[in-house]
Amino acid sequence: MSGIDWDLVRSSLGPLFQGLLRGTLPLTAVCFVLGLVLALLVALMRLSGNRLVSAPARAYVSVIRGTPLLLQLFIIFYGLPSLGLTIDPWPSAIIGLSLNVGAYASEAVRGAILSVPRGQWEAAMTVGMGRVTTLRRVVLPQAARIAVPPLSNTLISLVKDTSLVSTILVTDLLRQAQIIAGQTFEYFTLYGVAAVYYWVVCLVLSFGQTRLETTLSRHVAA
Amino acid sequence: MTAPLLAARGLVKSFGDNQVLRGVDVAVPAGSVSCLIGPSGSGKTTVLRSLNGLETPEAGTVRIGDVELDWSTRPDARAVSRLRGQSGMVFQAHNLFPHLTVLDNVTSGPVFAQGRPRAQAQEEARELLARVGLADKADSFPVQLSGGQQQRVGIARALATRPEVVLFDEPTSALDPELVGEVLQVMQSLAAEGWTMVVVTHEMRFARQVADQVLFLDGGVVVEHGPPSEVLVEPREARTRQFLQRLLDPL
Repeated sequence: MSGIDWDLVRSSLGPLFQGLLRGTLPLTAVCFVLGLVLALLVALMRLSGNRLVSAPARAYVSVIRGTPLLLQLFIIFYGLPSLGLTIDPWPSAIIGLSLNVGAYASEAVRGAILSVPRGQWEAAMTVGMGRVTTLRRVVLPQAARIAVPPLSNTLISLVKDTSLVSTILVTDLLRQAQIIAGQTFEYFTLYGVAAVYYWVVCLVLSFGQTRLETTLSRHVAA
Repeated sequence: MTAPLLAARGLVKSFGDNQVLRGVDVAVPAGSVSCLIGPSGSGKTTVLRSLNGLETPEAGTVRIGDVELDWSTRPDARAVSRLRGQSGMVFQAHNLFPHLTVLDNVTSGPVFAQGRPRAQAQEEARELLARVGLADKADSFPVQLSGGQQQRVGIARALATRPEVVLFDEPTSALDPELVGEVLQVMQSLAAEGWTMVVVTHEMRFARQVADQVLFLDGGVVVEHGPPSEVLVEPREARTRQFLQRLLDPL
């Protein structure tokens, strides 16, 4: 039993940070942004009165939420080549995670849009705004405030979910830890350092969430 | 006699099996104030919301100025928004945009919908705010205002698009009693300036003093209409008398 090897902790901090900086963080940022765009689109589709528009959106959310993310990544990276479609690790990871964020976040966005009172739509229409202008100027700014807590949860989940891409050959924080642990056999130390890194990132994000909620709530009664 | 500025004919509207409008006619001359009164469920708010397409009647026509809509032809969204552009609306619950300042609320129609230059719209909005006694609140947010002040911003916002007609849907019903006066005073002064107004209200004193015409609705029809000195003082119809009696003596 070797316990914690503090020299190894010190020497692995740098390489693991590289995994965080070059893998986990950019993957999180890119997939969150793409996922949010997708989520807004899907939420608006689901709110459409036209079933031809809302049904595909509903099906997408159902499939993504009803299957494991790990399996989705495997299908994209290991499965699609059997159909003649080969996608590199990074694009596979971005596609898989963005689709996942899009499905979960669309529910938060849809709920937030629905929670803006009907009177806001009516008031906007009576001053002459059409549906798109009303969404952009009146509804979405108010929905954004309501969506911050659930979307923050999605973001924090995403940070940790990116670790799954270590299974499809993307060198992220976890993969970097696995590599060094494989060489040194110091699993506890390396995985412990990786866990601390994930936790610190999520702490920072939670702090940012609180700040953002305060900012967005400043004109709204308690 | 010249044609009325606003004319609605034969409005019919159902919610499910409940027919709330059974052929309503309304004619509003330019520069006049019309008050719609009647018991709750009589259809008066539905009439008002049919004049700007917030409700979609199954039949009937609405004309405001030179824009006319025949509801029986199931008009598309563009036709409805053209009609809606002829009027402004003041809501019972004010429905101000909470994320915008008072000034931005008032300029929201001119800038976001009509595409007028922001600087010009702001100048006009400040004049309108002064008009409703809120010149010093331009940079406040709605949540920082009293109910009466919020409603006066709602009035300024409705006027900012330069509508032909201003529709008021029970503008004082959600206010604390001591705040009702400031809103009615603003409305009275607008009437004196010559704005054409259609007001759904329970404020009988306002109707008596300010209205040119009172329409009493019950059961989805206009039971009687005429100058307030007739409808409110010497009603011809028994239903009108009963309604007024209940208002005077609720117990």
